[in-house]
Amino acid sequence: MYLDNAATTQKPRAVIDRVHRFYADENANVHRGVHRLSERATDAYEQARVTAGRFLNARDAHEIVFVRGATEAINLVASSYGRTQVGRGDEVIVSAMEHHSNIVPWQMLCEQQGARLRVMPISDAGELDLDGYAALLNERTRMVSIVHVSNALGTVNPIEAVVRLAHRVGAAVLVDERAGRRASPHRRAGARLRFLCASAHKMFGPTGIGVLYGRTERLAGMPPSPRRRRHDRVGHLRAHPLQGAAAPVRGRDAAHRWCDRSRRGDRLRRGDWLGVDRHTRARPAGARDKRASRVPGLRIVGTAPEKAGIVSFVMDGVHPHDIGTILDREGVAIRTGHHCCQPLMDRLGVPATARVSLALYNTRDDIDALAAALQTVRGVFG
Amino acid sequence: MSADLQALYQDTILDHNRTPRNFRALDGAQRAEGYNPLCGDRLTVFLRLDGDVIAEASFQGFGCAIAKASASLMTESVKGRTLAEAERMFDRLERLITSAGDEPPDDLGALAALAGVRQFPVRVKCATLPWHTLRAAAAARDEIVSTEYEGGVWLNPEHTESHETAKPENHLDL
Repeated sequence: MYLDNAATTQKPRAVIDRVHRFYADENANVHRGVHRLSERATDAYEQARVTAGRFLNARDAHEIVFVRGATEAINLVASSYGRTQVGRGDEVIVSAMEHHSNIVPWQMLCEQQGARLRVMPISDAGELDLDGYAALLNERTRMVSIVHVSNALGTVNPIEAVVRLAHRVGAAVLVDERAGRRASPHRRAGARLRFLCASAHKMFGPTGIGVLYGRTERLAGMPPSPRRRRHDRVGHLRAHPLQGAAAPVRGRDAAHRWCDRSRRGDRLRRGDWLGVDRHTRARPAGARDKRASRVPGLRIVGTAPEKAGIVSFVMDGVHPHDIGTILDREGVAIRTGHHCCQPLMDRLGVPATARVSLALYNTRDDIDALAAALQTVRGVFG
Repeated sequence: MSADLQALYQDTILDHNRTPRNFRALDGAQRAEGYNPLCGDRLTVFLRLDGDVIAEASFQGFGCAIAKASASLMTESVKGRTLAEAERMFDRLERLITSAGDEPPDDLGALAALAGVRQFPVRVKCATLPWHTLRAAAAARDEIVSTEYEGGVWLNPEHTESHETAKPENHLDL
């Protein structure tokens, strides 16, 4: 029973087959070769960009930049966009429930630029304190970076409200969609996001590939990041005046990962076909199974009203690590630890939690096995 | 429940987890801190030496059952022993819990209760954290000890040097 989907998801047969087909029949470098095989690979690659753009409701496929993962996307925005937009005395806001990878790049940026990093408060239930957030915003706020669905707690943040408030003071918003797996409902709702990032491996795709979505005018204003300079420079200097590289040039720079992108396109089409949205909405019902509360001494950490299929918990007298070991031997795989959210753990006063995270292939049987295994834990530790 | 789980969480371990022995601070004693951030185990080991004999050992902190029980058993086992004897004890314990076979836990006394850890390689670091911390306390090293760093396997011996420098400062050689 695999209940660690917030760490990474299993891959559908369609994804595995597509990867195999690419390497077997279509493997060539993209945007480089003059031969037909390279043309086919390039087509698949660019088609993947279109599919990813549709999936995220982008206006234009050029708004999709392929990166190695959401972590790289955040680093890219912080080191490139951030460096031009955030100056001395400016402010950047993150929430108290961010993954380390959505804290450290901003900390470094603020240190370098002499800016100030501020933290949106949360309640004891793990819910964003919108009033507290509004109080932080001012004319010096340049950037707000926030997770859509907390990987540690499952809290679904009110992105529309976060964006609306940020735009009042002219701040750009980056949404970390890693644990979200939703087809960006906030764009449909009219929130004009500047940036969004996601990792394919957390949404049924291959590892080592992710997307940065950015509004065309934002991406166009981004100087090449030091992290990606080698490839950027080439396209940049030859084809464009300084500062003028169009978004697709950036997307093309790391051509060695073309095949992942082609795979990703198929995965996204497959995702649509599976009805990811529908499943995402259905999931919380299973996650809120009442049997959890029947395990003596079990306490759910993170009880915000809006939650996705992620449940963190602790048990009296049992360290999460021991819960994880026993569950594993009972055939149930979960995650234990601080989930790369140590500031959040500190805020909630727990060193670590055990975390169950569901995906659309999990069934009632999985939840039954989890409930039984939790009773075993209680049995061992009394 | 599976046999290996029963071997891991045997009564001695559960008992020492629930009511850890020597679970207190020793004022004015030598001390060191052990911290495994990934699992959240954090403990301080206190040590009072009489020459090179361990007059008293204690610990404080929080962690999983294995780390706590191992620390508790350790403080009982090393009392009255010399530092060299404690080292040998740790060496035998480490061999016991990292051996694939059924190496008998010869003269390990109560520490033999940790034998079940060998079926759970990812938990070895929990059992060894208190001992590495004890070693740091004995050497009066002012550092935080971790057993979570795992060095890579370097295939080219020429790289040994960079391997050394790549280690985090608080890494202890096993």
